[in-house]
Amino acid sequence: MCAKKVTKPPHEVPTTGHEWDGIQEYDNPMPRWWVWIFYATIIWGIGYTVAYPAWPWLNGVTQGVLGYNAREAVAADIAQMDATNAAVKTQLVSVDLNAIGEDEALASYASRAGAAVFKTTCAQCHGAGAAGVQSLGYPNLLDDDWLWGGSMEEIHQTVAHGIRSTTDAESRYSEMPKFGTDGLLEKAQIAEVVEYVLQISGQEHDAALASAGGTVYADNCSACHGAAGEGDRSQGAPKLTDAVWLYGNSREAINDSVSKARFGVMPEWAGRLTEDQIRAVSFYVHSLGGGE
Amino acid sequence: MWDYLKLIVLGAIAVLAAIAANYARDLAFMLNAIEVMVVATIAFLWVLRGVGEPKRVNQGEYNDGLIRWGVFLTTFWGIVGFLVGVVIAAQLAWPWLNFEALQGVGNFGRLRPLHTSAVIFAFCGTALITSAFYVVQRTCAVRLWGGSALPNFVFWGWQLVILLAATSYVFGGSQGKEYAEPAWHIDILITVVWVGFLAIFAGTIMKRREPHIYVANWFYLAFIITIAMLHLVNNMAVPVSFFGSASVQVTSGVQDAMIQWWYGHNAVGFFLTAGFLGMMYYFVPKQAERPVYSYKLSIIHFWAIIFLYIWAGPHHLHYTALPEWASTLGMVFSIILWMPSWGGMINGLMTLSGAWDKLRTDPVIRMMVAAVAFYGMATFEGPMMSIKAVNSLSHYTDWTIGHVHSGALGWNGLITFGLLYYLTPRLWNRAGLYSLRLVNWHFWLATIGIVLYAASMWVTGIMEGLMWREVDANGFLVNAFADTVAAKYPMNVVRTLGGLMFLSGALIMAYNLWMTVKAQPAKAAVNANDLVPAA
Repeated sequence: MCAKKVTKPPHEVPTTGHEWDGIQEYDNPMPRWWVWIFYATIIWGIGYTVAYPAWPWLNGVTQGVLGYNAREAVAADIAQMDATNAAVKTQLVSVDLNAIGEDEALASYASRAGAAVFKTTCAQCHGAGAAGVQSLGYPNLLDDDWLWGGSMEEIHQTVAHGIRSTTDAESRYSEMPKFGTDGLLEKAQIAEVVEYVLQISGQEHDAALASAGGTVYADNCSACHGAAGEGDRSQGAPKLTDAVWLYGNSREAINDSVSKARFGVMPEWAGRLTEDQIRAVSFYVHSLGGGE
Repeated sequence: MWDYLKLIVLGAIAVLAAIAANYARDLAFMLNAIEVMVVATIAFLWVLRGVGEPKRVNQGEYNDGLIRWGVFLTTFWGIVGFLVGVVIAAQLAWPWLNFEALQGVGNFGRLRPLHTSAVIFAFCGTALITSAFYVVQRTCAVRLWGGSALPNFVFWGWQLVILLAATSYVFGGSQGKEYAEPAWHIDILITVVWVGFLAIFAGTIMKRREPHIYVANWFYLAFIITIAMLHLVNNMAVPVSFFGSASVQVTSGVQDAMIQWWYGHNAVGFFLTAGFLGMMYYFVPKQAERPVYSYKLSIIHFWAIIFLYIWAGPHHLHYTALPEWASTLGMVFSIILWMPSWGGMINGLMTLSGAWDKLRTDPVIRMMVAAVAFYGMATFEGPMMSIKAVNSLSHYTDWTIGHVHSGALGWNGLITFGLLYYLTPRLWNRAGLYSLRLVNWHFWLATIGIVLYAASMWVTGIMEGLMWREVDANGFLVNAFADTVAAKYPMNVVRTLGGLMFLSGALIMAYNLWMTVKAQPAKAAVNANDLVPAA
């Protein structure tokens, strides 16, 4: 052996007598605590597999003497919750939409259930706090500025059937023309109307271009957005005179909106959520601050 | 004669790879084909230059050339893996680091498998092959079986696997199985390389000059054989085209999930545990200069680990479509595995009995002991998390990530650093390490880094678990998923800091090892460490 031999105090337990590259092995017994815990886990393991479903066999598996099954346990939990909530759910779908808030217990349930639905299915776009994402066109649901209306009925309709959904015949629908992309307006006209929109929304603008833009607006935009830019909820045309903007209020953002148009889509939830869930989430959104 | 055969094979591979690159159906496959072509061409030229020259192999020396490369590449891949880890940890804390311009290449989803594979297969894999070659030669007192060609093929073949897999992941060539992401064509190369590895290892053991097989070699052999089996079964897939990365798994649904986690858990069990226990059984007694504590314990815990680990996979699939009975067995065997795992820890720690003072004086042994301690901690935490009731809280949370890292950083990382510090002066015939002070710095940076990482992930994991399950009186969820993401922010920052400390330590080590080779005086005229003992 060329390697240095390891030193071993003379009084210790003997080694096995083997040696590899200078490494030897003591013949120490296994620690008793180690052995006993190992035995204990084996015995516990046997007991556990007797108690619970465990061993596969030719025509099935052992089901365990306790008869426990995680799937059945979950099903039982769900059934118990369903039973607890059954009465209030029935009440929720049967009362008038505007009457939900009048019954304190019902309102409390609807608001919790609605919050849970919102956090699961709506927060992805509208944000966990419902403030929306302006630059991406996800509307803020906390304010009182509504594209398609903020009454209980209108919110319910929007949640149930969505906006510009191609898979729901009752979906809310409207489409703004692509004035630039489709060549409906000249570049100069678009620049003018953008200045006009900046003017009526009380922002910094080029007065000369804006006055020319007034004519462009009256000819092309007023039919939907209104003569004074007040918007039209029946076709989801946003109000242009306030400080609330779906895609931003910069010159570039407005130019983009006019040229390429926006086409925000929201899925319909009828069929994916139950009627009591849709009512609950409508009530929740309605109660966030802007409900009408 | 052999040279001409090699030239024909390498030339054919280069031409076939060029054809494959031409017909490639996706970018990842094309880049892989080009890489194979370039590597085969370089190897072709290298063989060509040596045709007809006498091959001088000193049969009196161990085959250590590859091991020196292995020390270098293990360090290199470690730093790459840790660096990508720090980047993705930062991306989780600050999502804007997923730069728009790098979408589809440098976003979290693409970098995450790069990180896990760089650490497991590049860093740990190279460390395992390198140390297996070193240990089996010393403990069998013979050169590696397979001449110089087969060990060269296995070592460099594995490096090619790493290169191909890394490029493939980043450009979208993943087959979507965790820790088994390489596409089918890379899987075939892995299989060939691995069979070569097994042949070398078994061949060397069979021609050994020692009467018995040392315990480290049992662990290495178990690791090599089991990984071969796991790899073959989990990667059963039918390629969609011979010129594309895409393939279809043979099994589907819950069967596929069960096979995947049978593989996934035993990749941990045999790659990161059995293989590394082999390392421990050689390098800890060598560095401590003490006999192994208990031969009996090593036999019993070896066979117990080998038998029990293979059952534990289903604990990754508690409360899923997996049948209840499989879940139960996974949990029960995981818990019975607790003591066998600790057997390795006891044998490692108790080997120091009578030499505990070395912990104060030798930072390298301190690193190895800390590694064994982290191993003990992770192998207690694992069985605990496999208990269904605990798992219902911990599953899918960052606790799992913390658990994996106390194992990977603490056990695999620190023991590998220990062996790099052990090997470098010996392989390069140096009087000692360049600086023990720097080893000390490395030790503390790494240890504090791991503690920050694990502690922050415990906190955030348990918090997440509690927030996810919180329901109100009517049974409705209280928190949105995004609420839990927002709540994790401070812990994500601490985790990034921990990773950064671990990375800094590794950089210090790289400098220290470099300076050891560069600046330390030679120990002796002839490197006694290289010599095969005379018969």
